Amino acid sequence: MGWLRRQRYLLDFILASLLRRKGKNLGLLLVYSLIVFMLASVMLFTHALKREMGLVLQASPEIILQRIEAGRHALIPEDYLQKIGRLRGVTARKGRLWGYFYDPAVRANYTLMVAPERRLADSEVIIGSAIARTRGIGPGDYLTFRAHDGEAYSFRVRELLASDTELFSADLVLMSERAFRISQGVTEGWYTDIVLSVSNPLELEKIAEKLTLRLPDTRPILREEILRTYDAIFSWRQGILFVLLLGAILAFVIFAWDKASGLSAEERREIGILKAVGWETGDVLRMKFWEGAILSLMAFLLGYLLAYLHVFHASASLFEPVLKGWAVLYPAFRLTPVIDGLQVATLFFFSVFPYVVATIIPIWQVSVTDPDAVMR
Amino acid sequence: MRIVLEDVHKVFNQGRPNAHEAIRGVSLSIEPNRVTCLKGASGSGKSTLLSMIGCLSRPTAGRIHLGERLLSGLPERFLTDIRRHTFGFIFQQFNLISGLSVLENIMLPAYPLAPDHRQLTATASALLDRFGLAHKARNPVQWLSGGEAQRVAICRALINDPRILIADEPTANLDTRLSRDFMEQIRRLRESGRTVLITSHDPVVFDSPVVERVIELCDGRVVGG
Repeated sequence: MGWLRRQRYLLDFILASLLRRKGKNLGLLLVYSLIVFMLASVMLFTHALKREMGLVLQASPEIILQRIEAGRHALIPEDYLQKIGRLRGVTARKGRLWGYFYDPAVRANYTLMVAPERRLADSEVIIGSAIARTRGIGPGDYLTFRAHDGEAYSFRVRELLASDTELFSADLVLMSERAFRISQGVTEGWYTDIVLSVSNPLELEKIAEKLTLRLPDTRPILREEILRTYDAIFSWRQGILFVLLLGAILAFVIFAWDKASGLSAEERREIGILKAVGWETGDVLRMKFWEGAILSLMAFLLGYLLAYLHVFHASASLFEPVLKGWAVLYPAFRLTPVIDGLQVATLFFFSVFPYVVATIIPIWQVSVTDPDAVMR
Repeated sequence: MRIVLEDVHKVFNQGRPNAHEAIRGVSLSIEPNRVTCLKGASGSGKSTLLSMIGCLSRPTAGRIHLGERLLSGLPERFLTDIRRHTFGFIFQQFNLISGLSVLENIMLPAYPLAPDHRQLTATASALLDRFGLAHKARNPVQWLSGGEAQRVAICRALINDPRILIADEPTANLDTRLSRDFMEQIRRLRESGRTVLITSHDPVVFDSPVVERVIELCDGRVVGG
């Protein structure tokens, strides 16, 4: 009871102290929140992107087989499905039809894809939510494309794709095989690529090796490789941004050190008074610790909350071009909100902890001296 | 409680070229329940002596006894405890914390003891009432006049009901009328059974009938009383 009451008295005094130096503390809170906001924005954005990639690729086939012509990805003939022959471990194989379409009306790239399992009529499409948003259309409306030969084709929107992995589904247009072949000029007997399903991940490398031997003009792409590549790309981009932010972080460290550690004559005098009237060194340290902790916690929460809103409600508009890369050509997509506990803990540790320590050390130096010396 | 000093020395910046001996072998006995004044010119060492008696600093050599207890050898924690329970301080510059209200300033020494909040507020309000400052309770201390600030400082010194009151140059920032008022308040405190120790070179203080003993200091030594 007594301990609790003592903490309450301390807290009362701390809040009064914080309010007494409104200008200084508000300035510190703003700069501090800004730094947390920038770092948290990059971290949240990169993490959400990586997670979406992971989710999408988890559902994708284990091996994608592409034909290469002059070092570039080319259409693959249907008979390659037979040429692959019997491969132990491969549970399914099929040809895929997909491609890109640039819509000059909204200056965005769409991904066209054939989805036989959806049983679409030749005049129907299913579209991603970002296309629907950008074009201002919904189920029942018509979407018109200019085909490869200049002809215009109109498709009725049957439904919208679910937005749980908007990164991939945002720009997607699903259509029937016939509609795709006619509008994109891909003749019968050709596919964009071939996908293979493998149930045992340990066999992937061996199967890829056999494919390269049997079909020398193809390259097998493993799902794990794609995952690794995306991970590296986004980690690299995050690193670049962190380097760019380093200047700001350094400026903050100097600012915080100066503000927190450079005790003013007024603050020294106050510590002296508190000790003279009977406060213990421990009381003064606890009081200053909580003062620093309250300030940095508030800055952390404020910065993190703003970063969350920035990334998940404003599409990270400040860092978008650097982090998304070529994907800015997409119709704007919204990321699914996701927070990683470890990431929050890391950011918390590197922002709150150093500040509290920087505040405590000089105060400890002042508070262990005789109160009489402090007041002189 | 009797305060006894035995051959007390205080050296500032000891071991450095700018070392300065402020107190040079002071031996004294201060009687309880009396008003004692340490008199001397600026730099005579009276404030240094007072701060050592009040456990705000330690002597470089010598012993200070408070009743049966030897103060000079106690660790910081025990000194703080004695300071908190035994002494009330009134400083020359009043040393109130600006930005806080009059009431908060008065209650400050009691915070580490964590008494019941309602009771503490009632005690502080009663003190303010006694010193005619009840109407200023919620005002920030920087709005107070010199005389009012000093009365707040007295209230703060009394909040933990100490037996010994220490006042360092209490009238240095007051005019003659306010200085006489202050001595009147000291008289009342003396009547309530407290020991009062004052440093001053103001005749209004050391010539006051309230003061029962005057100890004169010069260059860190006792030269009279």
